[in-house]
Amino acid sequence: MNLKVANDDAFIQVNNLSKFFSVGNGRVLKAVNDISFTIKKGETLGLVGESGCGKSTAGRTITRLYEPSTGSVMIDGVNITSLSRRRLKDYRRKMQMIFQDPYASLNPRLTVEDIVGEALDIHKLVSNKLERRRKVVELLELVGLNEEHLTRHPHEFSGGQRQRIGITRALAVQPEFIVCDEPISALDVSIQAQIVNILIDLQKKFGLTYLFVAHDLSIVKYMSDRVAVMYLGKIVEYAKSEDLYSNPQHPYTKALLSSIPIPDPELEENKNRIVLTGDLPSPINTPSGCAFRTRCPYAMEKCKLEVPVTKEVKQEHFVACHLTD
Amino acid sequence: MEKPVLNVQDLHISFSVYGGEVQAVRGVNINVNSGEAIAIVGESGSGKSVTAQAIMRLISTPPGRINKGQIWFNDKDLLALSEKEMQQVRGRDIGMIFQDPMTSLNPTMTIGMQIMEGIMKHKGLSKDKAKERAIELLNLVGIPNAESRMKQYPHQFSGGMRQRVVIAIALACDPNLIIADEPTTALDVTIQAQILSLMKQLQKSQQTSIILITHDLGIVADLCDRVFVMYAGEVVETGTKYEIFKNPQHPYTKGLLRSLPRLDQSKDEPLIPIFGSPPDLIAPPAGCSFCSRCQDAMNICATEAPETTTISSTQTVRCWLQQAKLEGVQSPAEEGVNV
Repeated sequence: MNLKVANDDAFIQVNNLSKFFSVGNGRVLKAVNDISFTIKKGETLGLVGESGCGKSTAGRTITRLYEPSTGSVMIDGVNITSLSRRRLKDYRRKMQMIFQDPYASLNPRLTVEDIVGEALDIHKLVSNKLERRRKVVELLELVGLNEEHLTRHPHEFSGGQRQRIGITRALAVQPEFIVCDEPISALDVSIQAQIVNILIDLQKKFGLTYLFVAHDLSIVKYMSDRVAVMYLGKIVEYAKSEDLYSNPQHPYTKALLSSIPIPDPELEENKNRIVLTGDLPSPINTPSGCAFRTRCPYAMEKCKLEVPVTKEVKQEHFVACHLTD
Repeated sequence: MEKPVLNVQDLHISFSVYGGEVQAVRGVNINVNSGEAIAIVGESGSGKSVTAQAIMRLISTPPGRINKGQIWFNDKDLLALSEKEMQQVRGRDIGMIFQDPMTSLNPTMTIGMQIMEGIMKHKGLSKDKAKERAIELLNLVGIPNAESRMKQYPHQFSGGMRQRVVIAIALACDPNLIIADEPTTALDVTIQAQILSLMKQLQKSQQTSIILITHDLGIVADLCDRVFVMYAGEVVETGTKYEIFKNPQHPYTKGLLRSLPRLDQSKDEPLIPIFGSPPDLIAPPAGCSFCSRCQDAMNICATEAPETTTISSTQTVRCWLQQAKLEGVQSPAEEGVNV
């Protein structure tokens, strides 16, 4: 599988990455199965798919919160999958994560100052208390919070504010790459836009590179330069945002896009919705050949026998489907 | 005009909590006509689920209390019924679909028994007849091998399949009205599409009225005829889906629609969020509840609550801006105030 956008300007390069979990009785859950992609510096890659498709595991394996089973991740030319724990710590500064649940991802016993300051301590970025406080305030101001929030605990904040604290914590160590794992899906609609705007502002300000994992396809389209669609641990389609949305090639992408309800009654009435039958198969016992064939309206005999190879159907538009042969 | 199936009038509900009395629902009016699908939209804490639970009389007292109002359902005031009479309404006349298909089924009972239970109780059918009906229902909601599936337990079903079972239970006694509280929030988009198309189909074929509670405006555009927008325990705007999406009048409705990215919107065009957060309903504001987040707020908005203004035969709004227009008072923009 080869999804390389001109290699020289790739900041993040994921090569044939897999993450398998052993689930007992010799059975293996292939959460991420041989995925490859690159992200250019300052760009956002959206990673979409249904729950259980492996998108969050992919995000966590790339930041080495999970040890990859096979494959490698290069950040700025350095293979982080082979680094020792000690060397990895320096690279943790370069890559940070924003989590989905703003209620569960902040320590309820710490004040905001300590939640954000902890990262500064670990990486020895400040030398004394005063400097630490000044730095935390500076960071809080980037996301629209301020000094008076320093001494408060997470329960004193709304969901949107908590997510901002999570973003502040990620920013504290001046990372270059941030994995955003469903950062807005736990928030109300009126609050989601606030967080999305903050993420985009910060990206412009600091030249951040994002991997944006989400299932809300309209937000992904808005946020991302490129989008990768995952199904059962594999990337089935990968293209520039506009290309993917205007000209989807894989039947799964087509179904996924047509399933999103659009908040416009006229568009909604004229839409031709592709309703897939059945559920996602178990990732422990994946179908032979193409993993999507059990739900694909166009499945052929070949799909049962051969795993489709990823091909570049148009410039920088990759698809893994026998139909595009 | 035809008589509504359900008519909620001036409903007030509060919950006593440690800090005081939370005024969760404050004077809600909702009506649903026969065969119609309406949506109640609003953010968490706006009172939409509480309103639905009140219709089913599922508010536990204490801490909850229905302080005022009537809920007319086919000439009966549900709030005046005894618990025993209410049990006849629940499941038979009104079916309910809950948000979380993982927790709304009994894990120790077979799927078949859970569907048959209501049928035997309300329709007085024998066990064999009830079983026939249950299999018919499972087929209707698209569960393959219905007969063998009847003997299985909820953990043997996927999320989407469980939600189909919940829908089958809600439909079991041919109710006039189905209340669906975020029926697809816990499901993936491709499964959501299956459930929504099923609900649409059923609404047409069985002439069932539907109350859909959701925060996803996309689903509203897909499924519903009319929309009630709730904010801080009040209905701030109501209209047909075309009026709400194409000609919203309340600043909150407008704000909600603006904060969603359009499919053609580029990253350079920032989303317009609604700043701030909803008011504390232990001490609801004296004026308009949206005042503190509203960019067009005037002096009067902070002190007096707006009345309901009629925009068309189907659209009403509670906002001083609209009332001001009617009464010839200048809006802030016209007065030259920076807004």
